[in-house]
Amino acid sequence: MDDHWLVRESTIKKLWVAFAVVLIATVLMDLVVAHHPYFGLDGTFGFGAWFGFVSCAAMVIVAKALGLFLKRPDTYYDN
Amino acid sequence: MITDVVIPPAAVLIFGALILPLLSARLRAFFLLVLPLVTLYFVWQVPDGTALKATYLGYELALVRGDALSRLFATVFAIMAFAGGLYALNQNRTAELVAAFCYAGSAIGVVFAGDLLTVFIFWELMAIASTLVVWSAGPSARGAGLRYAAIHLLGGVLLMAGLVGEIAGTGSIAFTKFTLDSVPRGLILAGFLINAGAWPLSSWLPDAYPESSWSGMVFLSAFTTKTAVYVLLRGFPGTEILIYVGLFMVFYGIIYAILENDMRRILAYSIVNQVGFMVTGIGLGTEMALNGAAAHAFTHIIYKALLLMSAGSVLYMTGKRKCTDLGGLFRTMPLTTICGIVGALSISSFPLTSGFVSKSMISEAAGIQQLAVVWYLLAAASAGVFLHAGIKFPWFVFFQKDSGMRPPDPPWNMRAAMVLFAALCIGIGVLPGPLYALLPYPVDFVPYTGSHVVFYLQLLLFSGLAFFLMLNWLKRTLTITLDVDWLYRRLGLAAAPSFDRFAETAWTGVVAATNRGADGFLRVIQRHHSPAGILARTWQTGTMAFWTTIMLAAYLVLSYL
Repeated sequence: MDDHWLVRESTIKKLWVAFAVVLIATVLMDLVVAHHPYFGLDGTFGFGAWFGFVSCAAMVIVAKALGLFLKRPDTYYDN
Repeated sequence: MITDVVIPPAAVLIFGALILPLLSARLRAFFLLVLPLVTLYFVWQVPDGTALKATYLGYELALVRGDALSRLFATVFAIMAFAGGLYALNQNRTAELVAAFCYAGSAIGVVFAGDLLTVFIFWELMAIASTLVVWSAGPSARGAGLRYAAIHLLGGVLLMAGLVGEIAGTGSIAFTKFTLDSVPRGLILAGFLINAGAWPLSSWLPDAYPESSWSGMVFLSAFTTKTAVYVLLRGFPGTEILIYVGLFMVFYGIIYAILENDMRRILAYSIVNQVGFMVTGIGLGTEMALNGAAAHAFTHIIYKALLLMSAGSVLYMTGKRKCTDLGGLFRTMPLTTICGIVGALSISSFPLTSGFVSKSMISEAAGIQQLAVVWYLLAAASAGVFLHAGIKFPWFVFFQKDSGMRPPDPPWNMRAAMVLFAALCIGIGVLPGPLYALLPYPVDFVPYTGSHVVFYLQLLLFSGLAFFLMLNWLKRTLTITLDVDWLYRRLGLAAAPSFDRFAETAWTGVVAATNRGADGFLRVIQRHHSPAGILARTWQTGTMAFWTTIMLAAYLVLSYL
């Protein structure tokens, strides 16, 4: 079934490599682009990168924790 | 003079909608496309200031009042009605189309309303019409529609109470900027916030919208919440509490969307999230922040409708709505996939899309005001948007795993509507000038600086990295997440039998007490008036003469005193 070129093992490997290159490139852009930080922390090297990653990880963890208490089967309201 | 006659743009859509059921299918399709365009024309004929007045109950109503802010919202509402009409050409439930156009017309009515009473009238029309849009989906939507109507009627009651208080207190029905210094104004704000989807009364949105039809939710996503953004922009700019309300909405939307399995409910939570950005901007209150909120409402209507058209196409072609049932659809629905991705990039404010040129204005305003916490939270939230909507929606619906389904792209009209809105998303993102020219204040903001672009690219791409690294934690399950509506859907229901018993006991008590009281009363009457009663017995003439003499003597004495 999964014969599409986009879902082949080798393609996915290539996509990961390309993604990694793009990620590194965007961080390295900080060397050439002058930022105008408003506060302090936002002027650190690669701020967008680590801040984006950390806040997403935090949100996933919070959601996961909240889910422990608030998740119910999706038939919950049916009966 | 003919030039002084202003046709209320709202009237075109509302009355036009009402004749739709009378038309043949071909003519109806024609009207669906032409009515919004005619409306758009009349929107741009409304001059600045009050253009149409009427007197009602001694109050002078400003039925149509124009300015830049009104025109901005009315313009995007009319564009939305056009694209929605195009997308829904093959919707065979005419009732939904009538309701949707009345709904769009009422929203335009609100943004041109110059006084509180006119706002209220169109506000309630919107509530009724939107409920009908939900109900048009059939029996499965009945319960959700009823809950939706109940919350909106509650919002209407709060608004009415506030409005009456405001008019009684100030004697004015003018809808201008309010300072939050009285109870009535608090009530007005609460009524507005309910429609904005602010917590705690926000669950009506993810509860009801995803129950509407494949085309219904496209309309629903646009008008109610954005009309609320408009009235907040007009009535409560710079009200500090809105910053906190907005930030809460932003994160509430992200967390719940992360946990959600229904593709359209993910997008419903993300409406709350996006409106949160706008409400925060309104709370910040500077010209740049207000411009940002207004611009973001404009771009949001377009990319959110695009996302929902893409989701609606999947629902239309497959009948499925859960991420667990979907996946791999990119193979046979390439156009729907690409348009969905354009919408997803726009909502994530990716550079060169519409969201980038509007949302970054709100963040920038927070930075200029030196509000560090707000700025950092908005940045974290921007990353979160990419996580919960930007990648999650296209990934789980179009990629993920192979669901085995091979549906083709939807009919031409649905494809055309998606292409139109995808083009607008990119067009506004590449050339923001025309949108900026429509904003209420002069724009002093350059979105495309190297610093901005690099920052957003880092933020978003590393959110993407977090998504794929944590994919195991994000796997969808057949679950829902309890929300505030649990209080009235479960707790209230559980309390109902005991309330029933209480009410029955109380009722029995009231009936018994009333019976006893009536019996007692009858006994008193009987004692006095029955044949043996004191007032019915025969009196002797002598006794009568005696009492008459006493009374006359008393009268004589009193008259001398």
